[in-house]
Amino acid sequence: MTTGTTSEQRGLMGWINHRIPVVDMWREHLTGYAAPKNFNFWYFFGSLSMLVLVLQLATGLFLAIHYQPNTHLAFWSVLRGIMRDSHWGWLIRYMHVTGASLFFVLVYLHMYRGIMYGSYKKPRELLWLIGIAIYLVLAGEAFLGYLLPWGQMSFWGSMVVVNFVTAIPVIGNGIAEWLRGSFIVGQPTLNRFFVFHVFLMPFALMALVLVHIIALHQVGSNNPDGVNIRENLNKDGWPKDGIPFHPYYSVKDIFGVSVFMLVFFWFVFYNPSGWGYLVDKLNFAPANGIKTPSDIHPLWFFLPFYAMLRGVPDKLYGVMTFAAAFVMLAAMPLLDRNPIRSIRYRSFLYKVNLLAMPVVFIWLGVIANGQATEHNMVIGMHATLLYYTTFFLLPYFNRQRSAMTTIVWLVVLEALVWGVDFWMYAIDAHSWGLMLQTNWIPTLYIAFILLLALVSPKLTQDGKVPERLTQGGLTH
Amino acid sequence: MNPGKAIAALGAPVDIDVSKVEPGQLLLAEWKKKPVWILHRKDWMLKTLSEPGLLKRLKDAASQANQQPAPAYVNGNYRALKPHMFIAVALCTHAQCIPDYRPAPHTVTQWWYGGFHCPCHGSMYDFSARVIEGSPAPLNMPVPPYYWVSDTVVRVGEGSPSGADKSWTPSIW
Ligand code: HEM
Ligand code: FES
Repeated sequence: MTTGTTSEQRGLMGWINHRIPVVDMWREHLTGYAAPKNFNFWYFFGSLSMLVLVLQLATGLFLAIHYQPNTHLAFWSVLRGIMRDSHWGWLIRYMHVTGASLFFVLVYLHMYRGIMYGSYKKPRELLWLIGIAIYLVLAGEAFLGYLLPWGQMSFWGSMVVVNFVTAIPVIGNGIAEWLRGSFIVGQPTLNRFFVFHVFLMPFALMALVLVHIIALHQVGSNNPDGVNIRENLNKDGWPKDGIPFHPYYSVKDIFGVSVFMLVFFWFVFYNPSGWGYLVDKLNFAPANGIKTPSDIHPLWFFLPFYAMLRGVPDKLYGVMTFAAAFVMLAAMPLLDRNPIRSIRYRSFLYKVNLLAMPVVFIWLGVIANGQATEHNMVIGMHATLLYYTTFFLLPYFNRQRSAMTTIVWLVVLEALVWGVDFWMYAIDAHSWGLMLQTNWIPTLYIAFILLLALVSPKLTQDGKVPERLTQGGLTH
Repeated sequence: MNPGKAIAALGAPVDIDVSKVEPGQLLLAEWKKKPVWILHRKDWMLKTLSEPGLLKRLKDAASQANQQPAPAYVNGNYRALKPHMFIAVALCTHAQCIPDYRPAPHTVTQWWYGGFHCPCHGSMYDFSARVIEGSPAPLNMPVPPYYWVSDTVVRVGEGSPSGADKSWTPSIW
């Protein structure tokens, strides 16, 4: 990567550049940044996420101007003040609300792209971890913002989440009280959540995104082939398979923006509550501290984690189970140590396992959308086991395994699934009749992958990675 | 970020008149900004509390955890000074939602004896608000300090006119 040699620019830009290296930075990060020539659909979501971040900051500014962080006024300042009385307030609010949800759509797709193409592997481990940190801060930001309209779901959602802290032994209760500033969620809580939402977290988010981009440009972009283009330079030191980000990918990204905007404004103008998923219908009732709504669940993007929590009949283990779901994601670079990055050149069974990940994630969300019946709790428990299984299988595919190793893996994973069921039975939590209805799902999944691997080792054989990129018409 | 003095002062005891609570009825009151239940238990409800089928499913059948101010409040399976009048702070010990009152047997699960079911993550409690295995909640719901001022008026927030147990807190807080 050629770093900014002070350009000999003249005129005003030259004068400025001499003092602040704007021209050099432009060159380094846009016209002089060599991006692989084969970016596809999946590479839209990073830049789109940045766009949505800017939209959230802009719309949020105007919302904050009209919003009142006071338990008596908050609900009405939103539902009447912003939505009806202020000019275009409804547009600003719906853009902010829709933006928050679509932000998560984009970030989930963005993360899955990284998983598919092995973008978390050397040398991008830190880039990936920064991404996880961004996800956590974003989740916090969404959670804090959800309290502000002070509706029923706002109130009870915050109540529940803050209380997860009390699962921490000994000091948990003190911390929860300190966070709330009150015995239960109340005025002090609303006030500080407002401050965190509009002040603290946005700064953290912006700083992290900046570091994210710096880290990306330090190591260079990965691509759908997983081939490192910086290993193949022409005599000027420019990657043979690279093209300048600007204008080639800026144009591509602008196309992405226009398609995204169509979707975004379709929701804003035609379906602002998003079938009850962008704005929960229960949030049209003001918070009531002495009545829990009987159909309570978090916003859609947290549903999968909610199912994990509900699946475990123990407070501490429940919170640990859903926290560990993030640890699994963060640990991807440790779990998957196969030298091949892209899914394109991985074995058939690895592809199946990678496809299972989003399927399970969505399935968990569907389960959590149902009520907290014992039946749904048990299904949630088995779906959670399946989620973890897909991660525990990753190291299996690091290289082709012997029959003996495959059998050990099979026995250990099956023992894990059945062990959890035995534990549930032993503590009288659920009956076998109920558990047998769904525990065949993780059981058969593990058997399917590992028995196939046993009888047909070909299915675990990785492909051959080409030396140069295989797609993309442009050469430089 | 700790609670301010005004918030801390909300802890004053409250008097609750229960004369209008019919058998089987649940009254919701407020103390320290928290919801408080007064459940007028019928005889059949009291009987469920000592069913062996229920007792074996309870995480803490004998109410040993510090979720009531003193052993006097445990009173066998009743967890109440007067068996018919059950008083508890209506907060699930999992994450403080208010559980739903589900008195009808066989509704929440097939073996259901009647009690409370939390809509948030499915915790289950019997008519004494003792937590049932299979729930994410760890403890029985708290019984606040209280005493009967008269036959029909209960004072919640202290255990005697001299203010006994006023600063007691259950282990869940
Ligand atoms: C506010 C949220 C985020 C923004 C604005 C953002 C922005 C970007 C941008 C602009 C790129 C380069 C373009 C692209 O590859 O699409 C990128 C790449 C990347 N991001 Fe993010 N990102 C965000 C969240 C995340 C999260 C949550 C993760 C993972 C946990 C992540 C992991 C990565 C990785 C691994 C790359 C390199 C991908 C490759 O080169 O194949 N990012 N990000
Ligand atoms: S708050 Fe009652 S089960 Fe979670």
